[in-house]
Amino acid sequence: MRERLFTLSTFAPETAAALPGPPWLRHRRTVAAEAFASTPLPTEKDEVWRYSRIDSLDLDRYQTPVSPDLTATDAHGPPPSDRIRALVDGLGPRSGLIVTVNGVLATVASDVGDDALAIGRMTEHDEAEVLLGSIATDPTDFVLLNDAFAADPVVIDVHAGVTIEHPVVVVHVITGAGGDAVFPRTVIRGGPSSVASVVEIVVDVEGGLLAELPTRGASSVANHAEHLVVPVTEVQVADGAELNYVSIQSLGPATWQLAHQVSTIGADAGLHSFAVALGGSYARLRTDSALIGTSGTSKLRAAFIGRDDQMLDFRTLQDHRAPKTTSDLLFMGAVADRSHSVYSGLIRVRRGAVRSDAMQTNHNLVLDEGAHADSVPNLDIQENDVRCSHASTVGPVSEDQRYYLESRGVEPEVAERLIVAGFFADIADQVPIAGTRAMIGQALADRTGVHGV
Amino acid sequence: MSTGELKIEDLHAGIPGREILRGVTLTVRSGEVHAVMGPNGSGKSTLAHVLMGRPGYEILSGTVTLDGIDLLSLPTWQRARAGLFLGMQHPIEVPGVSLVTALTASRPEIEPGEVGADAGAGDVSERMRSEAKRIGFDERFLTRSLNVDLSGGERKRNETLQMGVLRPRFAVLDEIDSGLDVDALAAVGRRVEEATEEWGLGVLAITHFRRLLKVLKPDVVHVLSAGRVVATGESELAEIVDRTGYAAYTGVGP
Ligand SMILES: Nc1ncnc2c1ncn2[C@@H]1O[C@H](COP(=O)(O)OP(=O)(O)OP(=O)(O)O)[C@@H](O)[C@H]1O
Ligand SMILES: [Mg+2]
Repeated sequence: MRERLFTLSTFAPETAAALPGPPWLRHRRTVAAEAFASTPLPTEKDEVWRYSRIDSLDLDRYQTPVSPDLTATDAHGPPPSDRIRALVDGLGPRSGLIVTVNGVLATVASDVGDDALAIGRMTEHDEAEVLLGSIATDPTDFVLLNDAFAADPVVIDVHAGVTIEHPVVVVHVITGAGGDAVFPRTVIRGGPSSVASVVEIVVDVEGGLLAELPTRGASSVANHAEHLVVPVTEVQVADGAELNYVSIQSLGPATWQLAHQVSTIGADAGLHSFAVALGGSYARLRTDSALIGTSGTSKLRAAFIGRDDQMLDFRTLQDHRAPKTTSDLLFMGAVADRSHSVYSGLIRVRRGAVRSDAMQTNHNLVLDEGAHADSVPNLDIQENDVRCSHASTVGPVSEDQRYYLESRGVEPEVAERLIVAGFFADIADQVPIAGTRAMIGQALADRTGVHGV
Repeated sequence: MSTGELKIEDLHAGIPGREILRGVTLTVRSGEVHAVMGPNGSGKSTLAHVLMGRPGYEILSGTVTLDGIDLLSLPTWQRARAGLFLGMQHPIEVPGVSLVTALTASRPEIEPGEVGADAGAGDVSERMRSEAKRIGFDERFLTRSLNVDLSGGERKRNETLQMGVLRPRFAVLDEIDSGLDVDALAAVGRRVEEATEEWGLGVLAITHFRRLLKVLKPDVVHVLSAGRVVATGESELAEIVDRTGYAAYTGVGP
């Protein structure tokens, strides 16, 4: 039944075509929607969807925002709500801010001149047609769906040679009673020899974990809104550029996420990314990072904590396409209660990518008997003169470590919390954007702190 | 100074399928130092861990009380809170957890007069600094991950420091001297010796070498062999063992 051609009316090509935008964008959406509709939905039998929950995705449960009125939220529209304001202010100084609400731009503010940094609505960018889809070039399944239904893509374009001191913050706010499919789309271009940082947060304003930070202590209303969030972020780090990118997923407990982060890294360029996954019912993040220029480097980090019945699913590709490229991936997670995590990563070193160096590490702590973590490393090495290594561990909190702390008089629950926090301590120090470090550390601590206490 | 005792009576314990301790009886009173010597594999560390409640060991019979409290019925952390400390032969690495964090967590509210904290209750990090100074332990270790990348001797100083901060009623020190250089050995031995006077610490010091016992003067020396105390005497016993080895004792018993 899943193999049948796509026949759902909600996500039909006509609906995509009816979304507002310039002709080229409407055409692009139609083509993508038709491609999506004419291919079968992925199933758990597909290798890249093994261990996932994709078979229980029921697209019929969600609706796209019907022809959002983009003129009502122009680039200098209303300021974000107090909670989002507090969340963003908590990150410290910034160079720019973009807020979208259910996929539609709500706020743009920049402290940097247009000649150095262009941020805001994609369709207002001179090179919009080139930029959109320039990195996610061969879209399949849910990238296609985002191509078809992203109502209001946004762009952060750091011009060549420019150094932006503070991060640009992008917040995708998900709000409402549930049932919405939301398609955030962000294109980040770090121009040649530029230096910049971007923080991208996807947050359910009613039920997301970070959304509670500004009002900590107040009792939070349980949020059972079920949304489908399909964010696609394209990141281009041009030759000689340095980009720090932190993404934080803080969705409500009933929401599904199918996210893609696609990046290319040019010659002598560096991407340092850090993903934090906190919420969601089933939350998947696919990270494809291609090193396309000589001596490019990527440092890819992720930290996640699963709780209750949630499933956090990570798929990564370190794609070495040029000589002397270096990729260094470290994903660390903990699963508690009956939660489940998947890490499946592929290192691909293509012919010609000589003297490349690839490292892939995934460590998982399983905190409860009902919790489960899968870790699947893969290598596809087509060149000889390369260095590759991978390591993965899945296991419970060390009984010896627990005993050591308890022998000092530390209560078991506290000992476990300290050990879990200690497990994340090293990676938490590697968060590239200083302003996000405290928030991420706090979010991870909060998420473990609840455990068993 | 408080008085009390750590009383081990006819303790039989081991791992599933193997009895390692085969009837250990000894009593350490507050302020006393008891040395435990014995060949490799005789059960000294097993005794230490059984007292502390390490998972994996089972008690077959016997009792252990600390000031009358039945230790064996308590989980490890409560044994520690009741005033027992174990300085381990092989201290365990706990990545990402510093000494400051662990010790702060171990004593959330130290009340003056509380068991094990009757002397000099104060700010934990303050005490850590002063203890570090007493045994010549670099303060930078206080914020590093517990035992990670520490040398053997540093680990033993780390254990000694924790003992000084936690101020237990009784400390089992399992080869606290191994790995220590001459100066560190003297400093550590002196620190423990002083604790017996400062707050009446009772010590069960497991060691292979008399060197330690020259600084940390034992009131009683026991020889443990094949899971039993086969000889008990005054400090000369350590000298005899040092000179003649264990041959005379290992044959003892049925
Ligand atoms: N957890 C365990 N699992 C298996 N065997 C054990 C365990 N603990 C102790 N043993 C065994 O019990 C015996 C006593 O070990 P223990 O470590 O207590 O000796 P010890 O007297 O401390 O020796 P050493 O002087 O070398 O430190 C040894 O034969 C040891 O191999
Ligand atoms: Mg031993």
